[in-house]
Amino acid sequence: MSETMPKTTPILQTIGLEKRFGGILAAQNVNLAVEPGARHALIGPNGAGKTTVINLLTGVLRPTAGRIELEGRDITSLLPHQRVRLGMARTFQINQLFLDLTPLESIGLVVSERLGSGADWWRLVGTKSAVTDEIVEIVERTAILPYGKQRLLEIALAFACRPRVLLLDEPAAGVPEAERHELLATIEALPKDVTVLLIEHDMDLVFSFAERISVLVNGALFVDGAPDEVARDPRVKAVYLGEELDA
Amino acid sequence: MTVSADEVALYLKRRARWSPFEIAFWIFAFATIWLFPGKYLILKDTAILALFALSLDLILGYAGIISLGQAAFFGFAGYFAGLVAKYGIINEPVIALVCSGLITAALGFVTSFLVLRGSDLTRLMVTLGVSLMLGELANRYSNITGGADGLQGVEIEPVLGRFRFDLFGHNGYVYCLIVLFICFVIARRIVYSPFGLSLRSIKGNTLRAAAIGVPVKWRLVAIYTVSAGLAGIAGALLTQTTAFCSLDVFSLERSADLLLVLIIGGTGYLYGGLIGAVIYKFLQDWLANLTPQYWQFWIGLVLVVIVLIGRERMAGWVRIVRSLLVRLGTWLMPRLPALGGAAPDGR
Repeated sequence: MSETMPKTTPILQTIGLEKRFGGILAAQNVNLAVEPGARHALIGPNGAGKTTVINLLTGVLRPTAGRIELEGRDITSLLPHQRVRLGMARTFQINQLFLDLTPLESIGLVVSERLGSGADWWRLVGTKSAVTDEIVEIVERTAILPYGKQRLLEIALAFACRPRVLLLDEPAAGVPEAERHELLATIEALPKDVTVLLIEHDMDLVFSFAERISVLVNGALFVDGAPDEVARDPRVKAVYLGEELDA
Repeated sequence: MTVSADEVALYLKRRARWSPFEIAFWIFAFATIWLFPGKYLILKDTAILALFALSLDLILGYAGIISLGQAAFFGFAGYFAGLVAKYGIINEPVIALVCSGLITAALGFVTSFLVLRGSDLTRLMVTLGVSLMLGELANRYSNITGGADGLQGVEIEPVLGRFRFDLFGHNGYVYCLIVLFICFVIARRIVYSPFGLSLRSIKGNTLRAAAIGVPVKWRLVAIYTVSAGLAGIAGALLTQTTAFCSLDVFSLERSADLLLVLIIGGTGYLYGGLIGAVIYKFLQDWLANLTPQYWQFWIGLVLVVIVLIGRERMAGWVRIVRSLLVRLGTWLMPRLPALGGAAPDGR
């Protein structure tokens, strides 16, 4: 245990995380440690359990065994919205937007939930200046509305939670080539004090963004290290990068 | 490209504005008091049905909870209002009405935990089950409820000590209409609040709502409780204005009719229940006059036609009228180019 401990205390950590669906072990003994302020990527071939891990981290799924800690606090049994309040937000691989709500209403919803006024039932929407001020700030920072691009809104919604840990689940999935640089610029521009865990298929994005990479294979952590170490690792090449780099 | 907090606030508040359509609707609703003096009884029933449908719209149209058991709350409050009047526990009708609403809301709170589990089908069955159980309890304890004979000997005091329920139903209708309007304003306030926004987010995408920090379960419990309270007020109104309550307040038919009313009127914009109630009641009345014996055949046929063919089209009409009104509204309001749908390419 102590030999694998990094120098600083991880902001997000899993200890022996396991998820079993019937007879299938979707995640086994996952010990992931994300350091504060890290640009950390979690990669792996299809079916490696990446999505299972992110669903476990955010509380959509309950682990069969193991523990999840956020800033040293055990969050394993917390509900998804409670984890958001503790500072962990996520984006989704497939856009999960509110189709009935306009982008501005969606962001307003997130902000008012975070400022603790989401249950106000007698005050009309748009009448609290703390909320509207902050909407303006978020809109300007992410430059979301003038472009009206759903993928950016997806990220803006998570960003409006003002997370300390942000989980990005394949942010580049399904984004046309022409719009990719804009998306990447948005991700690059995230404040340095926000810890980012990126789950991604796209190797260009992973290697240009991540300072640390964890490789997940068959539900277990396979290799964990700096990008060049991971890229050089013959085992990783064999199971994963080999296919990708040849393609 | 910058926006100001004032512009954002104005944009967010635009839905909550009273539109010309709404103002006209309520002016007409109150004008019926003088326009149709011979129709008070059916108008009164329509107002009660409209309030009842409004209660279902709050959970179905705004939170996505489907229910076949709103009659449980309607009936429970109906008996409660009847019993407190009969035994002289609460004599003043308005106070009795508020108490009926509150106690039914409490019942809604307790049963909400059963309803929130599971899928739409589970919810249909659980809500139906609750109303069946309450109906049978009312039947079993006939020493209190009067059983199949109904609750006899209910004497309703004048409203506010002044307005006695008259034979022609004038005061009864005015009373129901005012209560409907007050409840509507409360419901309207709720759906345009941040709480209402979070409900719409839950209905639209529960997974994401939780992922941005909305406590989904508690929001649903809260709106289910409010909905039960409104259904209870509707039930209490029926008992108070008829001075009678019978077992059919719990009937499945009552809950099913309510879904039909909302299907006719449309969900999720608050007026669906009101417009649906007017169409349903007057259609029923007209058909019953036309063919007194077989009117249910025709109402069945009309409902099948509405649901199969006309519903999409009706929703389409409503959408057209609404978009025209919204356009009119935005034309009258200061323009907000930065926040509108068309994306200007300014930077």
